[in-house]
Amino acid sequence: MTSESVPTPVGTRSARATSSDRARLGAWSGTGLGVAVLWLSLLVLLPLAAVIAKGTGDGWSGFWDAVNNHAALTAIRLTVLSALAVAAINAVLGTLIAWVLVRDDFWGKRVVEAVIDIPFALPTIVAGLVLLTLYGQQSSIGVHWYATNQGVLVALLFVTLPFVVRTVQPVLLALDREAEEAAASLGAEPLTTFRRIILPALAPAIASGTALAFGRAMGEYGSVLLISGGLPRTSVASQYVFTQIENDEYVSAAAVSTVLLLISVVVLAVLGEVQRRAARRG
Amino acid sequence: MGIAAHGISKRFGDFVALDDVDLDVESGQLTALLGPSGGGKSTLLRIIGGLENPDEGTVHIDDVEATGVPAQRRNVGFVFQHYAAFKHLSVYRNVAFGLEIRHRPKAEIRQRVHELLELVHLDQFADRLPSQLSGGQRQRMALARALAVEPKVLLLDEPFGALDTKVRKELRDWLRRLHDEVHVTTVFVTHDQEEALEVSDEIVVINNGRIEQTGTPNDLYDHPANDFVMSFLGPVTQLGERLVRPHDIEVLGAETAGAVPGEVVRLVRIGFEVRAELRAGDSDPWVQLTRGQADALDLQPGRAVWLRPAHDASTLAAS
Amino acid sequence: MTDTPPPVVIEPPSRPTRTAAPRKRRLVKYLLRAVAVGYVAVLVAMPLVVVVWRTIDQGASTFWDAISAPDAVHAYQVTAEVAGLAVLINTVFGVGVALLLARYRFPGRSLLNVLIDVPISISPIIVGLALVLVFGWTTGWFGSELQNAGIEVIFSTPGMVLATAFVCLPLVVREVLPVLEEEGIEQDQAARSLGANALQRLVRITLPTIKWALAYGVVLSIARALGEFGAVRVVSGDVTGQTQTLTLVVDQRAEQFEPGAYQLSMVLIAVSAICIVVISLIRPRGER
Repeated sequence: MTSESVPTPVGTRSARATSSDRARLGAWSGTGLGVAVLWLSLLVLLPLAAVIAKGTGDGWSGFWDAVNNHAALTAIRLTVLSALAVAAINAVLGTLIAWVLVRDDFWGKRVVEAVIDIPFALPTIVAGLVLLTLYGQQSSIGVHWYATNQGVLVALLFVTLPFVVRTVQPVLLALDREAEEAAASLGAEPLTTFRRIILPALAPAIASGTALAFGRAMGEYGSVLLISGGLPRTSVASQYVFTQIENDEYVSAAAVSTVLLLISVVVLAVLGEVQRRAARRG
Repeated sequence: MGIAAHGISKRFGDFVALDDVDLDVESGQLTALLGPSGGGKSTLLRIIGGLENPDEGTVHIDDVEATGVPAQRRNVGFVFQHYAAFKHLSVYRNVAFGLEIRHRPKAEIRQRVHELLELVHLDQFADRLPSQLSGGQRQRMALARALAVEPKVLLLDEPFGALDTKVRKELRDWLRRLHDEVHVTTVFVTHDQEEALEVSDEIVVINNGRIEQTGTPNDLYDHPANDFVMSFLGPVTQLGERLVRPHDIEVLGAETAGAVPGEVVRLVRIGFEVRAELRAGDSDPWVQLTRGQADALDLQPGRAVWLRPAHDASTLAAS
Repeated sequence: MTDTPPPVVIEPPSRPTRTAAPRKRRLVKYLLRAVAVGYVAVLVAMPLVVVVWRTIDQGASTFWDAISAPDAVHAYQVTAEVAGLAVLINTVFGVGVALLLARYRFPGRSLLNVLIDVPISISPIIVGLALVLVFGWTTGWFGSELQNAGIEVIFSTPGMVLATAFVCLPLVVREVLPVLEEEGIEQDQAARSLGANALQRLVRITLPTIKWALAYGVVLSIARALGEFGAVRVVSGDVTGQTQTLTLVVDQRAEQFEPGAYQLSMVLIAVSAICIVVISLIRPRGER
């Protein structure tokens, strides 16, 4: 039997725009691009550059002094550890919830779907108030997590709930069920099929959802503010930065902000690489 | 008996997919389940493979009861219309999958996988991903993957349905030759009667959840049990009150005993075949002739002719 | 197969058992379902229910007093103004950038694509700080120029609009861009060949194509803008009766233990609920 070359696709060419379809800039679009670039620079690039510049403006010693004090380090440590924990919990539970939403059917499933969207749409300060009501000093269920690490963790879990669920769900929906049947016909028990066939297909989505959750948890402010009680040992980094701003300590605020930005960039780059590697095989 | 499925019934809500169906496939035989879409043939195949459970009936594979045994324990190879490739695994890992989950030693896996890849002529693509293969190559990989674990039975669900005509014909021949070498009890589902006639030892015609007829390709073609089977397996035309195959109608220039009069309405020549559309009494039969036959009779539109079924042709009463 | 060694017999991986598997499968299914529903219920639904209960418990007159308090009323105005402007700017920007990314090639296109996503992962406090360090009169790079011109960005509405627009930046672009890319340019080219100019093509072909995605992005932006807290807190100076948005009033009530936090939160929750309902109605159409 002769080997076949890869065939040209049968049927009509897809309408999807490819790089060769894109046009050169004209007068209108060129102006538009200029405006867009100006707006982005004014709004995003310049301000972020200003933060980094301010934080490093006093040289290495200024930067080090700003960061290397007890309050700042405690806040950074609490923030990073909480964000990592929350990201990990979401990676597992988010996937589980997405699985149940896609593969299971039960009365009230639509309600669950709507409830999952609530943290997306709820103002963070309202989320903070809501959590303080349940877990604060006047808790109705007797759980008193005011000014504790658990309180901070619960707040972060609240606001990051939708991220992994919503990135994994569409991928699960689109999975090739016949591949799972093929694995079964080859002798794979359900758990084996999940581990070897389904999970690798979900890996890029889980990675990107986890990245989003991590980024959000690192910078979260409004929902954590009330339940952490403002004490230094349960304040997250964003609270520390805010206090520094209120006290006109801009260098200190900018330095710690720079550290936060750096950590986020590193972790997001790592997760982005994980996602890219996993996606390449699909 | 390679496969024995008896009394199989399956309902999806109100829709009856299979109604008390019996199927016996001898060990080593290549059987086609033939029928129109929605007729139940894929459902029956999936029940045999353990991917669906019947509402009633039993399935035995190699004389061992398999009813209720989940797919992963039936040792049945399954090939899907859209390949069901493991997209994140290379061709090698795809074919090795069944062996890897059985924890066979690496050397044994390597030997067996390369053996199979050579068999399906994919050895040089072992490290490619399925997305880098053509449809026909992916299906050959799927076959190698299914055969790797030496299944007792091989089931194929419209295996060539997603491929171009030319590739389909090539793979059809190739499946037949593969079966002649490997001798696994094989059942494949198709709606293409030419495929079934060309490839299989036996054809089972399924329509509306019931078996219409079972037999060898020649049996079904020459001696169909009813008009559904007759018209599904080949061309059919009506002469008077009988259904008969267009190439089984004798066209005569002069009045003859047993022949009815008719008139040529239209002649279409396709290559060396000639298709003559005629009017005979209340029916409008068409006849398939060779060019030589048509020339010998000097057929023209308007020509009066006499028609009768060939003496060894089988005909059915029209319903 | 000729010339091959005798075939190795491959056994099926385990002994066949018939009824044990389905029962275990069902148990696992119920367990997963219980964990998923339980987690969501306890984490999100329960606290919300308690807050709604508390608000109702505090009665209708407290509710009315809270939502009609003068600083609250002023906050409605400020919120509407800031959110409205920010969403408007962001929508125009979003559609424009999406069109640029989908239809044109230019140097730095991929960089632009990446920059759009930056706001999502930055802490709102850092956003506020960043704007103060550029536009603040005493602290910012453009500080002296703005002061001389008398333009107050920080501690005033323009700064709050900027902060809100920053956090909403990706929302419209990321919804509209995939639709534009999927649509391709053939419809636009067909319209051009029929004589339509750029504005006509925009209004008659492009906007109808993206309308569901655009609506989805706008609703997301509205929800995000109304709920913005941290960045606006830094930039506005949190001055009662002047530069407070509704979220800032809620915070003040809560932190000062004044009554009214729940009631005003109800207003925000009600608006969020409307947004969620609208989102869940639009989403299936957007994903069709």
